[in-house]
Amino acid sequence: MLAWTIYISFAGALVLALLPRGNAALARWIALAVAVAGFAIAIAGFAAGAGQGRVTLVDVPWVAFMGIRYTLAADGISRVLVLLTGLAAVAGVLFSWNIELRTNEFFAFFLALIGGVYGVFLSFDLFLLFVFYEIAIVPKYFLISIWGSTRREYAAMKLALYSFVGSSMVLIGLLAAYATSGSHSTGLVYLANADLPVSFQMWAFPLVFIGFGILAGLWPFHTWAPTGHVAAPTAASMLLAGVVMKLGAYGCLRVAIGLFPHGMDPWGWSFAGMGSWRDVFALLALIGIVYGALVALAQTDFKFVIGYSSVSHMGFVLLGLVTLNQIGVTGAVLQMFSHGVIAGLLFAIVGRVVYERTHTRQLAELETMHLGKRLPFAAWSFVIAGMASMGLPAFSGFVAELQVLVGSWIAKPWWTAAAGVGIVVGVAYTWRALQKAFFSDRLPTPDEHPKTGWPKFDPITWPEIAATVLLVGATVIVGVYPRVLLDSIEPAVKSLLAGGMQ
Amino acid sequence: MNYADLFRVTLPETVLEIAALLVLVVDLGYLRKAALQTRVMSAAVLGVIGCGVAIAMLPFQALGGLTYPGSTELMLAAGGYATIAQIGILVLTVLTLFLLIGSDFTQHVGEYISVVLMAATGGLLIAAAQDLLVIFVGLELLSLGLYILTAFAKKSEKSAESAMKYYLFGGMSAAFLLFGFSYLYGLSGSTNLHEIMRALYSSNAINSSPLLYVALVMVAAGLGFKVAAVPFHLWAPDTYEGAPAPAAAFIASVSKVASFALLIGIGTAAAHVLGSAHKVGFVVLVSGPAPKYFGFERPWSLIVTLLAVASMVFGNLAALAQTSVRRLLAYSAIAHAGYILLALAYFSHSTMSTYAVLYYILTYGLTTVGAFGAVSVVERISGSDRMDAFLGLCRRNGLLAAVMLVLFLSLAGIPPLVGFWAKFNLFAAVLGVSRGVVPFTIVALAVAMSAVSLYYYLQVLKRVFVMPAVDDTPVKGNPLTMSVLVLIALAVVVLGCLPGLLQTWMTSFYAGM
Repeated sequence: MLAWTIYISFAGALVLALLPRGNAALARWIALAVAVAGFAIAIAGFAAGAGQGRVTLVDVPWVAFMGIRYTLAADGISRVLVLLTGLAAVAGVLFSWNIELRTNEFFAFFLALIGGVYGVFLSFDLFLLFVFYEIAIVPKYFLISIWGSTRREYAAMKLALYSFVGSSMVLIGLLAAYATSGSHSTGLVYLANADLPVSFQMWAFPLVFIGFGILAGLWPFHTWAPTGHVAAPTAASMLLAGVVMKLGAYGCLRVAIGLFPHGMDPWGWSFAGMGSWRDVFALLALIGIVYGALVALAQTDFKFVIGYSSVSHMGFVLLGLVTLNQIGVTGAVLQMFSHGVIAGLLFAIVGRVVYERTHTRQLAELETMHLGKRLPFAAWSFVIAGMASMGLPAFSGFVAELQVLVGSWIAKPWWTAAAGVGIVVGVAYTWRALQKAFFSDRLPTPDEHPKTGWPKFDPITWPEIAATVLLVGATVIVGVYPRVLLDSIEPAVKSLLAGGMQ
Repeated sequence: MNYADLFRVTLPETVLEIAALLVLVVDLGYLRKAALQTRVMSAAVLGVIGCGVAIAMLPFQALGGLTYPGSTELMLAAGGYATIAQIGILVLTVLTLFLLIGSDFTQHVGEYISVVLMAATGGLLIAAAQDLLVIFVGLELLSLGLYILTAFAKKSEKSAESAMKYYLFGGMSAAFLLFGFSYLYGLSGSTNLHEIMRALYSSNAINSSPLLYVALVMVAAGLGFKVAAVPFHLWAPDTYEGAPAPAAAFIASVSKVASFALLIGIGTAAAHVLGSAHKVGFVVLVSGPAPKYFGFERPWSLIVTLLAVASMVFGNLAALAQTSVRRLLAYSAIAHAGYILLALAYFSHSTMSTYAVLYYILTYGLTTVGAFGAVSVVERISGSDRMDAFLGLCRRNGLLAAVMLVLFLSLAGIPPLVGFWAKFNLFAAVLGVSRGVVPFTIVALAVAMSAVSLYYYLQVLKRVFVMPAVDDTPVKGNPLTMSVLVLIALAVVVLGCLPGLLQTWMTSFYAGM
């Protein structure tokens, strides 16, 4: 059943692309219907799959002469991420309700992107996974370059090229794994059990990990993320931060770690404390956490703050992955879900609720506008989202980051210490942005004060409220009762770490 | 061999020649006073019928091809890769003929179409040729046709200039090729590919002779010119830019398919000789370290690899700087030739490489014809193929914009379009032949270079979809041209989603062999 999430998304994209121009309302409702249907299927699939391991959805030969099969399957990790995608899709459509320019094309690209993302999370054939992964690149480019803002063409091209370079690295790894295993099959399960030589895994692992890591915001390959997020239209930045970065992290977990586990074996020698690829990537993840947080602290553009915070939070995901222990990897998967929801909410508030009304994202200008009083909805939802982002208890970020920290303590205690610095700075930059944007007590100078009083902002619309409630609800539910996801994630992580994906 | 055999093997070629003559007779004899569009239509229809009949004749070719008198060696192959390539050539010729309809660069449609058909005949010949002389005659027949086609827009200075450049380069490279062939004949005492290979592999004296190296470099120069491999590519950008659009599409697709089919033939001959050597065991392999891969001995592999690497690096990097879409397509063609040459350098003993190269070149030819068709539609409205002529195309003709999206993304190798499969198939074939460090590195380079290529394809698509239009005049294409383009785009999508189709079709030609 879950496979239908892919098909209805692509079908919706096709219908919208063929829709005559000028009927924006119809395009919106079609997009919403498709997104809600996908979300409903994701929930139903999640509920139906509870307590089960890997369930094969479709498995038919696709390219017989090369041993490539069309294999869709779902395990606990996939189901959680499909759920996230459904959630992000619905929220994204709702927050794009005010798109007037080429509406049907916007939603067509949006749904094509969503379809590709569903496909990646459900593919259990490496080749199929790669195909869906690349399908997701093109819509991103057009979403940003047509409907984006600040330096959109530059940011869109940068994002497309970074993604494509990353996927080229993955493609090399895929070709190499296919050839080395004897050119029989590209099934993930087959390749994981193919006993690939350790010397091969040693170079394939970093190649594929970095290839996927580029999209997950791995420092120092993260630079597409802030510019891309800032330039993207609200829904696209929600998707970029919410699910597209998760594609990268998911690829790191499913492909790099799942297929080439021995790539993280010790080298047998060490240089500056680095004794294996695992140490190297842990260091990069830690730098990402601290660096992202510090840079976020210094931003003057509200959206850049959120953009860099994504780099920092994705660092936790990558750190969790390389702990290679049950609790750390579980935390990483939970953090993927948690960050997907929270970052989506933050971007929506900044890009849609605030920017569409104030037409500026500069913190210095927002400071003089008294948004706390004039846009209480934005202020309070940002307070909630900020608390979730800081990792306060009762929100999903707390459970996830705690697990990552525990896992990294088990692996190497100093990792936890370094990541802790990132959390502290995280509180600081969120606080700073919150204070400057909404609760500043700086009075406007006489020149700044409009002569005829402050203009009224457009009222908050129902799609904004609905989507905010949806996302806040998701993070609170997971924060208060994390077992709802952990029961799915834990067994899947366990079998993945045990090797062979059985 | 007798003339009846010869006739049976060259049935499709004969049909094409008859069609070419018929076109001339009808156009010059009966339709002199008719309107240009009627003449274009009737000549094109005759040409299409000719190609159709030629395809229909293919199954009646003598199975196994034509042998020399009193020998079992092949002179002209039939069946297998040769037939697949011939079908490809004929189908692509039909598509380029459709592009002619609605264009007005020439009054001499009868001559144009008969030259197209004769050039296609040359293509059919070299796709099947197993003999140096047949190869040379076929190549010249093809090339001379292409020179004429390039110069066909008499009112355009660019067309004349590019034809002159093409002709001079072509003439020189033909001389090199002939020179190389003469050395090969001198070394081996035969003009037959299989005999030459056998002589090369069985004698240490020939194999280490410096003359062989000279000969191989000369041959590589001649054939490298045909496929536009760096450093023999200089004609390509000018010709692609200057030639009338249907002629450019013909050069970019049909001539490429034929030339690569010839290279497959050379590789297959080598593999065949080595294969039988292992089976029968009477040929003494050259002493020293045994070759790790089947195919040509090291010098040829080395030369082709060098050409491949130079082409894909230079082609992709030079394409980055282009502002004319046709020149961009020319440099991207050079890059694509580089990828294909890679598979020819690491040619497999089994049919794996043959399939991979055919798959690539057929789908690439199809995509290129579509791309040139789309460019020509825009060109006719705006009078230019600069990138800026494409501004805002998605508002001016949404269908054409969608077609361009599919074709250009396929050229860039984005799944699930067919260009991606072709690349994957090709690289997998290279790695299937040899898993050493060198092929891995080169394949990695090729994949990295195809990442570069996304940038310039997106530059075009950016103008089509993203940037605002300067003038809003709608771009109207001839309905027939548009439906051909849509069909090509559909084929690219369908073959991309079901990559097994083409492979199964190709395998069926090897079923009886």
